[in-house]
Amino acid sequence: MPNVMHRKFAVLAVLLALSACNTPPGPVEVWDPYEAQNRQIHADNVATDRAVLRPVARAWSEGIPGPVRQGAVNFATNLEAPSHVVNDVLQGEGEDAVHNLFRFVINSTLGIGGIFDPASSFGLEPRSTDFGETLFVWGAPEGAYLELPLLGPSTERDAAGTVVDIVLNPVGVIASDLPNWVSPTGRVVRVIDTRARLATSIDGILYESADSYAQSRSIYLQNRRFELGDEAEDTYFDPYEDLYGE
Amino acid sequence: MANEISRRAVLGGLSALGVAAATPATSLTADAARDLITQAVADINAVINSGKSESAMYRDFEAIFRRYADVPTIARSALGPDARSASRAQLSAFADAFTGYLARKYGKRFREFIGGSITVRSAQPVKSFLEVRATADLPGQAPFAVTFLVSDRSGRDLFFDLLIEGISLLKTERTEIGAMLDQRRGDIDLLIRDLQTAG
Repeated sequence: MPNVMHRKFAVLAVLLALSACNTPPGPVEVWDPYEAQNRQIHADNVATDRAVLRPVARAWSEGIPGPVRQGAVNFATNLEAPSHVVNDVLQGEGEDAVHNLFRFVINSTLGIGGIFDPASSFGLEPRSTDFGETLFVWGAPEGAYLELPLLGPSTERDAAGTVVDIVLNPVGVIASDLPNWVSPTGRVVRVIDTRARLATSIDGILYESADSYAQSRSIYLQNRRFELGDEAEDTYFDPYEDLYGE
Repeated sequence: MANEISRRAVLGGLSALGVAAATPATSLTADAARDLITQAVADINAVINSGKSESAMYRDFEAIFRRYADVPTIARSALGPDARSASRAQLSAFADAFTGYLARKYGKRFREFIGGSITVRSAQPVKSFLEVRATADLPGQAPFAVTFLVSDRSGRDLFFDLLIEGISLLKTERTEIGAMLDQRRGDIDLLIRDLQTAG
């Protein structure tokens, strides 16, 4: 019961936060009114990456055999599938909902609890989504850019979505005997594996760029808007217009 | 500058002939843009799977950039407002250093594509240029989107931006070069020198 109360409280907090979503006065590429605080958090995140995440990710890719890593990631990803289905439904994406439901059923059974991903070989490729995307579909504004402690680049809308996804993961309803720590641990495993797979790119952004904060902000926003299909901002930059002004 | 004048003259001549008037946005066709990128992608695929050394690959990528991309425009745009106060010699030295830097930096990314391939999917006009969409297929990974933006505004059909999963080279480099310039208090010569080894 106290758990349910906590969840309700978290959802209420998210809705309150969203209603206070900070929107820019006009269309801008980057809306970052909290830049000073964000930069502080970024510095801490880089320090954490250097001390913990990067070495752990390196040990993960060098010390653990590929098939074991893949199995762990598959298992962790499968725990998110019910959440994908719910978000698909909330977005009115019926086809995606059915697609992800079949993925979950096939991988949980034939894939032995999600360790293997036979659904992909049947042509049911992963189609991930999240509550941040649901909020986008519902018309919530992107809000200000945020860098979150440990979680990294985000926006007000995506931060709200992340809270909901973590707190309300429906996998607990389906697999009620699943211990509480399993799903959050799965999240951590996926973060480590992503850090390992994108090692060169992430090292380039965090340790080789002149301003790693501005780089990660720009790259996050560009990629996230692309993912969402958010064409609200001017997607393409035309250098000819800028240089020769016509 | 001479280049810019002749480009304007050519564009002026074209519009006088009514060619530009017939196709208001660009005279570049989707087929031409698609052909250009198909050729560029074939060259990139060949380098990725050539098994050459890292430095040899970077040289090849640099040649591909010089052949298929509008490097002077990308360089000027990356330099931002500071390009206006730069001398011609500085601009050309910057464009040169910038090309090598791009080839090393993006060559590193393309090296992650080893064993994979890029396939051109479609081309369509957007604003005054062409958008060519491609997919990169890598072994054991979900395919991802690579988009080239092509224009003939330089006088030749060339790409001026390359986007991987929505992340634009042009936008990213405008941020990066801007930050590098700030770090060097706007000293373009220092930036040019440092770019020769960066990336």
